[in-house]
Amino acid sequence: MVIDTGPIPNSPSLWRVRLGLAGRSLKQNWSLFLRTRIGILGLVIIVFYMLLALAHPILMNTVWDERIYDPVIGFAFDETQQPAPPSLAHPLGTDPLGRDILSQLMFSARSEFLLGLLAAVVTVCIGTMVGATAAYFGGLIDMLLMRLADIMIMMPGISILIVLSALIEVGHLELALLIGILSGFGGTGVVLKSQALSVVVKPYIEAARTSGGGTLHIILVHVVPNLLPLSFLYMMFTVTSAIFSEAVLSFLGLLDVRMSWGLMIHTTESAGYLLQVGEYWWLIFPASLSITLLCSSFYLLGRSLDEVVNPRLRRI
Amino acid sequence: MAAYIGKRVLQIVLTLFVFLTIVFFLVNAQPGDISRLYSLDPNLPPETRAQMQELFGVNEPLWKQYLVHLKNTLTGDLGVSFSLYPRTVADVIKERLPRTLVLFLTATVVSFYLGFGLGKIIAWRRGGWVEYTSTLGGVTLYTVFTPWFGLMMIWLFAFKAGWFPIGKFLDPVVWQDAPSDANTVFNLMLATAVVLSLITFSVFLVTSKKRLGMARVLQAGIIAVSVLIVAGVWLSSGVGYLAWDIVKHMVLPIATLTLISFAGTMLLTRNSMLEVIREDYVLAARAKGLPEKAVRDRHVARNALLPVVTSFVFSLAFAIDGGVIIESVFSWPGMGHTLVAATVSEDLPLAVGTFVFVGLFVLLAHLAADILYAYLDPRVRY
Repeated sequence: MVIDTGPIPNSPSLWRVRLGLAGRSLKQNWSLFLRTRIGILGLVIIVFYMLLALAHPILMNTVWDERIYDPVIGFAFDETQQPAPPSLAHPLGTDPLGRDILSQLMFSARSEFLLGLLAAVVTVCIGTMVGATAAYFGGLIDMLLMRLADIMIMMPGISILIVLSALIEVGHLELALLIGILSGFGGTGVVLKSQALSVVVKPYIEAARTSGGGTLHIILVHVVPNLLPLSFLYMMFTVTSAIFSEAVLSFLGLLDVRMSWGLMIHTTESAGYLLQVGEYWWLIFPASLSITLLCSSFYLLGRSLDEVVNPRLRRI
Repeated sequence: MAAYIGKRVLQIVLTLFVFLTIVFFLVNAQPGDISRLYSLDPNLPPETRAQMQELFGVNEPLWKQYLVHLKNTLTGDLGVSFSLYPRTVADVIKERLPRTLVLFLTATVVSFYLGFGLGKIIAWRRGGWVEYTSTLGGVTLYTVFTPWFGLMMIWLFAFKAGWFPIGKFLDPVVWQDAPSDANTVFNLMLATAVVLSLITFSVFLVTSKKRLGMARVLQAGIIAVSVLIVAGVWLSSGVGYLAWDIVKHMVLPIATLTLISFAGTMLLTRNSMLEVIREDYVLAARAKGLPEKAVRDRHVARNALLPVVTSFVFSLAFAIDGGVIIESVFSWPGMGHTLVAATVSEDLPLAVGTFVFVGLFVLLAHLAADILYAYLDPRVRY
């Protein structure tokens, strides 16, 4: 955005004006966001799980004995039989291997957030670069990138990840990178390109070019920043799909991870408690509900950010 | 129209080649070659190893291997499965592809109609509890953890209520003295379903120009009569009870897949309807005194259909992924279940072969959806 600072007598520096403008638009967007109820609901759920994830290391270091409460190698010596029903010491009971469910739940929340964040960042980095380059150069580069995007969109992501897990060891890091690549070169890239197309025809791009700005400089300094609001929105949807894919793959037992929500259900399944939902509800419900809630909360947040970013959807 | 379809077909063929190339290089990026899987034995003499490498063709230069891979894939020679030895991959896929087709097609078609119909209705009744509950339910179904949802369906309707069998494709007790094998019966069922849907489609095509009330009566009548005839033929054929067994096993997976995939269509239809309602021609149609139903179905819904179909094309991959998950939760022996099972047991030829077919299936589904879109959108047709 071109800011005409004008002849200001005391000349406050440019960044101060920029900061003021950014602050004002942030305030405006926040009030728009507050009006969408679903976004608030999503935000509340996300904050709840964030608190759970943050509380885990604190609890492990203060109240919880490591031998009993370790999410992977702990064992509840204080219970006579496993899986034990919820009690004061174990609020969500223990799993068939004698590990505390609440501890597993909180421990996994952290890795879900890290996975989602990493996948989203990779997606957005690739997506904005693909979108900006395709829109800026056009022609052959545009065609190649968009045909590649077509393939990525057409391919069923979970199936690809299943096959890849047969070929390579897939852990959280690899999964985040793969999802980022799939979605960055695919759907996100296409959406950001369509946004970038409206940016590259703006006069200030022309101005930057005539004043001798290099290609890389124009893309990074003038095009990419204008794509960031939209790419932030797509980060949310990537987080949803990353958490969902991770849960499905580890539920099928294909991921190389120590503990995750999907793996908790996998453990329940392999121990044969899967259909005893009524008697052993704490083996299935906490993990499944967490996956569903966190996925839908990021989805809801994305939907309401969509209303903030996209003026067409605003209620007048 | 022909030029458009031709262009799409060309694009799909190109995409297929790129896809096969990616698959080839993914498999080839593995350390070592496939002959090592057979020759883990350190006592294996080097001559035998060399012989094996020649047998599998892995001593050839890479480009030659690539060409052989393309030729074999295109002629349907996908190798031999490790876990189901000595069956070939093509044989396994031939057996299981129809099962997935039925699951996927039924669920997709039903969920599209259900989503579109419900979306129409909730867009028409804005701001009531109907809109609120269906939006909330829609978002929940859209983002629910699919395996868990499938499990709950099994637990509720199969385990607790006992209305349906728990997973699998058929009940071995019923099939013990069966006069024909499962695939024959199933393919017959598939043929019946194709005939029935063709009849339905042509009925809708013929009656679409008729008046609304008349069309409804004609459609319902013809479809009911053909369903009755088909049911009669099956009952008298002697394998009817076998088909019924398969149908019983099919209901729950299809219902689950439908439920998780209709919500997206429903929410989108609602949004798209709300945009079209504002148009002037809707006001004109109302001013002419047309009944509300005619305005909704003929003037608003018809124009709200296009964006829904566009996004439907893009959600095909999502539906296929849903199918893979549902199949493995319900132990439905289709392509998705095979893909997961082959991956878990490290049966590389079967996993790659299944994946190639899933990819091929997605491409064909895209082509079909494109043609449908061209039919629906006059701007593409002319």
